[in-house]
Amino acid sequence: MPTQDRPLSPHLQIYQPQLTWTMSISHRLTGIALAVGTLLLVYWLIAAAQGPEAFATAQALVGSWIGRLLLFGWTIALFYHLANGIRHLVWDTGLWLDLPSVYASGRGVLIATALLTIVTWIAGYWFRGGA
Amino acid sequence: MVQLTLPANSKIRAGKTVKAPPGAKRVKTFKVYRWNPEDGQTPQVDAFEIDLDACGPMVLDALIKIKNEIDSTLAFRRSCREGVCGSCAMNIDGANTLACTKFIDDVKGDTRVYPLPHMKVVKDLVPDLGGVFAQYALIEPWLKTQSPPPERERPQSPEERARLDGMWECILCFCCTTSCPSYWWNGDRYLGPAVLLQAYRWIADSRDEYTGERLDALEDPFRLYRCHTILNCTRTCPKGLNPAKAIAEIKKLMVVRR
Repeated sequence: MPTQDRPLSPHLQIYQPQLTWTMSISHRLTGIALAVGTLLLVYWLIAAAQGPEAFATAQALVGSWIGRLLLFGWTIALFYHLANGIRHLVWDTGLWLDLPSVYASGRGVLIATALLTIVTWIAGYWFRGGA
Repeated sequence: MVQLTLPANSKIRAGKTVKAPPGAKRVKTFKVYRWNPEDGQTPQVDAFEIDLDACGPMVLDALIKIKNEIDSTLAFRRSCREGVCGSCAMNIDGANTLACTKFIDDVKGDTRVYPLPHMKVVKDLVPDLGGVFAQYALIEPWLKTQSPPPERERPQSPEERARLDGMWECILCFCCTTSCPSYWWNGDRYLGPAVLLQAYRWIADSRDEYTGERLDALEDPFRLYRCHTILNCTRTCPKGLNPAKAIAEIKKLMVVRR
């Protein structure tokens, strides 16, 4: 029996969802989302530099419901990546690596992400003066 | 390389179902990964209904009952049945652990039993551990000294000895290594948590005189630095050890000696 015919045992397909690896893959995915979001920011700045007409088009696009939905998603991505990035920096010093701390800090990141996102959007609408 | 799906020869088919004997009151279904190297088929999952009133409390007891009474072709490793040998490491209910210390009652509903993840399967629940043990040999897991041997043993203070606590207890079951997504994608070059925990066990040993050489051997983009602090290793260790902490300590030593 040639050993190269041996099957690979299942991995992602069967592994239990756990806070550890789901937050890790989320960190990567939010990082990718932020890179894409930066492209939109660049487009918005270029439009602003081009003149009032181009800027009005960009404002309409960003201000549409789909634009706002994307911005809301990027706000979540930004604060998650920020908070979890700080968690990773603490880990790099050797601290918070015991399992209770890993779970406590993980929940802290999720709560911080939710709070910062909501506060940011309330503040945004507040300064804008309504919808 | 990252390959999220299973290769064609590893896709899982539905297998047979063996019903519980009539009159059984507390029945639990064990869905067990099967692969027979001799029948030319892809892997399958067999369902065995077990009468828990006629079975021991641990998942290993159920597997032994299946092998003794239902299907003697079922292959799995086991030896000590008390969590010190590391033989019966497998994926139970989606998480890696030892079948002998995992209570059947801790799993709600059907119990899925698979081999350690992302390993080549020899038969059924038996993975090929040749690769991980070769990596273990690479870190030279023994005391290395240059100074002449003393008349008696090399002494160690209680404090120096205490630094090895949490590392010497590792039974090399490789639950942690095979729970690590980074090891799944780069297991050919990344050493994985179990081997790195043991590497640190010898780095941290006050009697060892090859700390520099040991760190040199790990200073590599893959061997050490594929650890991205995912922490599945610490989450899954059936002995309650902390490989992620040991890896972080190695990384810190790398920075300090620059």
